[in-house]
Amino acid sequence: MSGSEVIIVGGGVTGLSAGWWLARSGVKVTVLDKFIVGWEASGRNGGGASHYSSPLFDEEQRMWPQMDELLGYPTEHQKGRILIAMTERQWEQYRFIAERHTRLNHPVELLDVKQVQEAVPLAGDNCFGGVHYKFGGHANPQRTVQAYAWALQDLGGKIVQHSPVVGFETAGGKVTAVKTANATYGCDAVVVAAGPQIPQLMAQLGVDVPLAAARAEMIITEPAPMMPLGGVDGHKIYGRQTLRGNLAYGGGPHEWLDVDATGPAARPSTPLARNLAKRLAELLPKAAHLNVIRSWAGVIENSPDGRPIIDRLTSPDNVVVASMSSVGFGLSPASGHAIRDLVIDGKCSFADIDILKLSRFDGLEKDWREKRGWMPIA
Amino acid sequence: MDLNFNGTDLCAINGTRSAPEARYDLVVVGAGPSGIAAAVAGAKAGQSVLLVDENPISGALMGNDTPLYFGGRMTTATQNSDRMLEAIFMSMPELEAAMEAGVELLLGTTAWGVYRNGPGVQSLPDQVVGLADRDRSWMVGFDKIVIATGARDLAIAFPGWNQPGVMGAAALTMLLTRYDAFAGRRLLVLGSHDLALETALLALEKGLEVAALVEVRDAPQGSAALVDKLKAAGVAIHCGQSIKATKGGLDGVEGATLTDGTEFTCDTICVAIGLVPSIELVDAMHGPRTLNAQRGGYIPAGEPNVEAVGICAGLPDTGFDHVAYRMDWVRAALKTNAPDTIICQCEEVTLADLIGVQPPHYLDRPAAIQARSLNTLLQDGPANPDQIKRLTRSGMGVCQGRRCRDQVAMLLAIESDKPFGTIPLATHRAPVRPLPLKILAEWDEPAAMDAAWDVWFGIPTQWVPVEDIGTPQEDAHREMLYTGMYK
Ligand SMILES: Cc1cc2nc3c(=O)[nH]c(=O)nc-3n(C[C@H](O)[C@H](O)[C@H](O)COP(=O)(O)OP(=O)(O)OC[C@H]3O[C@@H](n4cnc5c(N)ncnc54)[C@H](O)[C@@H]3O)c2cc1C
Repeated sequence: MSGSEVIIVGGGVTGLSAGWWLARSGVKVTVLDKFIVGWEASGRNGGGASHYSSPLFDEEQRMWPQMDELLGYPTEHQKGRILIAMTERQWEQYRFIAERHTRLNHPVELLDVKQVQEAVPLAGDNCFGGVHYKFGGHANPQRTVQAYAWALQDLGGKIVQHSPVVGFETAGGKVTAVKTANATYGCDAVVVAAGPQIPQLMAQLGVDVPLAAARAEMIITEPAPMMPLGGVDGHKIYGRQTLRGNLAYGGGPHEWLDVDATGPAARPSTPLARNLAKRLAELLPKAAHLNVIRSWAGVIENSPDGRPIIDRLTSPDNVVVASMSSVGFGLSPASGHAIRDLVIDGKCSFADIDILKLSRFDGLEKDWREKRGWMPIA
Repeated sequence: MDLNFNGTDLCAINGTRSAPEARYDLVVVGAGPSGIAAAVAGAKAGQSVLLVDENPISGALMGNDTPLYFGGRMTTATQNSDRMLEAIFMSMPELEAAMEAGVELLLGTTAWGVYRNGPGVQSLPDQVVGLADRDRSWMVGFDKIVIATGARDLAIAFPGWNQPGVMGAAALTMLLTRYDAFAGRRLLVLGSHDLALETALLALEKGLEVAALVEVRDAPQGSAALVDKLKAAGVAIHCGQSIKATKGGLDGVEGATLTDGTEFTCDTICVAIGLVPSIELVDAMHGPRTLNAQRGGYIPAGEPNVEAVGICAGLPDTGFDHVAYRMDWVRAALKTNAPDTIICQCEEVTLADLIGVQPPHYLDRPAAIQARSLNTLLQDGPANPDQIKRLTRSGMGVCQGRRCRDQVAMLLAIESDKPFGTIPLATHRAPVRPLPLKILAEWDEPAAMDAAWDVWFGIPTQWVPVEDIGTPQEDAHREMLYTGMYK
């Protein structure tokens, strides 16, 4: 495979990580993005990296602590998370989760209120307790995106921004070229990692990829004093303290959308910021006086079961499709590795990822979105 | 456990939001002369009208140079909100008249976001404006909104500008005319266009000393009559100059040195180079806007139910190219500023770090990142202030970029050798004023919101550990954790 040319459609974390992994194997890669790298979900997310539900989990955990060094650029990765229960019901749920982790040999510790406050001084004594994950963690999405992009360039890979892919050329059961408005890129293999735009692109190849797009929102505060542990979840919100001290939080109801092949027309945030603010002020009462200074939204896609689709097609057989189904930031060091393996070897070398195959949706009912209520508001 | 799809996603936003607390035919944001006029006109036409103004601003916000560039030069009088409120009424008798005309008036009330359905959002029950006072926030519906938020100070970096005593002309004018709460005595004024001339004359009229005016171009820029008036008062305009150095102490500015070496003693340096129309509400709601160099920069393009009035809609067009003028100042500053001159005060981003696209100092800078710069980034595409913001943190601080966003855009234009207008405007985002979590919070949210709330999508199969799929553990997991999708 070395020396051949792989075109990656989409410069989010998935496409960039895949490009970086491929470039590390000596493959010539070009990443095409419709705008600037990481402009969509990859630069707008919570930065969480603790996906214990995924077959890629072990690789995610193995890779993150090494990423700064391997990439050569800072990602702000921090290890560990804490889950704080604010109601009796949450405490019951979080202890259930802790028990599952223990059974799966993921190191966790139950914390009483005092221990919670030691790790998270902004927490109050109004909580029921916490679960400390001694695994997982969080990183800065925007820095991570650029780290992948730069690292890929350092290995000779190319990034072409402001270049939406509009189509493919196929011959002999393979994609032979990828087309943008102004150029045609010949290729030996293609990775389609275009987030919510995957269905439209894949439809051009006659492949149905069932995905529905939605908008999710976050808020961020001015900096708070640094806490011993910055990856604080709970009370049904998720987030992190940045290394600068800001608290960035998301969660709550999403809005299903239809997106065009050209991408979302806008990514508006809404008054949901107030509901996020309420929960954050409850989760971290000693931060309640902190100013919220921004809110934003991102658009992500979900598959019918909410799990990623990472698969190499049978026809055309040189295409790997990768949708991370709204949980793709943290998994990116591992998803890129898996994509690299699929492109080069046709098989993931480090995990059984059959559960992520597209074929699991063969025979999916046509009205799967309607059935789930995953429809845009009319 | 089979998933029982019934056509409803119980964790979606649909129908969970609260209705606005009140609704008006017309909401006017900003109670300056043009805002008041719009409100009175509405009331006289029989409309229900709400007029809000964020003044009096809290001391904390003033300390963060929000919304104007106060530079820490306000007296403790500004801490007394009753006195401030009284001062506003005293200085603006039109307010009383507006209330008599039937306008509902809320002072000390910030409009921090305007929201409506459109591309990417259809879930809002109404078009609403978010309001907040010192105690709480709430939403108000409207048929039409008039934005009369005025213009804010354009700040510009020079060595030592990041200390108390460097402030903007609009802030100074407000402290002098409205609140009688300016803490300085002797000013050096930057600029010589009408804004600078008028500010200097006002200062003199209020009994302050004006050390001099400093003009980067070769001749005074403002109207001859004002220039003469100032000369008659014995104030010199030093042309072809900018600030090379400042002296400072515990209380901030103590003096300044011009490029030609002339030294001044002063406790305040008033940046009076230009005003920027305060379009943050319009931009944050994705309202259309255009760049108009004669009218002070980006101005709202206007929509039938979102109207900008007063100088928020643009400075009076006198033919003067404000953008070209500001660019001259920034070009001159590039010659005098040191690599370690701070550009973004909140995040302490230096000129060198901005142009070098370097990360903040709490992060390592391995060799690879030191080799990166704006120049290497430009090879990948045109400069975008939002991308620079993400990488350097400039504009990411609590002043919400008010002090640096314009300069950063100008620096990017200069460094990439492109006209200013080709540099995109860095995004404004709600809340357009810093708002404490406890104030922004919707404490009495609808039960439907809480019922729909899940940490993520509430898809019951999304978070089941892969080891558990198809085992009884999967059912237990769903039973315990999922909020209720497909119940
Ligand atoms: C608010 C929010 C919070 C989140 N929190 C977390 C979290 O804490 N942890 C976590 O792991 N995940 C989180 N996510 C999800 C995560 O952000 C995404 O799953 C992940 O970023 C997906 O990356 P991607 O590269 O697959 O897709 P994207 O980031 O969507 O990237 C796709 C790229 O493809 C480009 N593209 C699209 N069409 C074309 C075309 N035709 N031609 C060229 N380029 C094209 C786009 O411009 C885009 O850059 C969150 C998401 C949001 C919105």
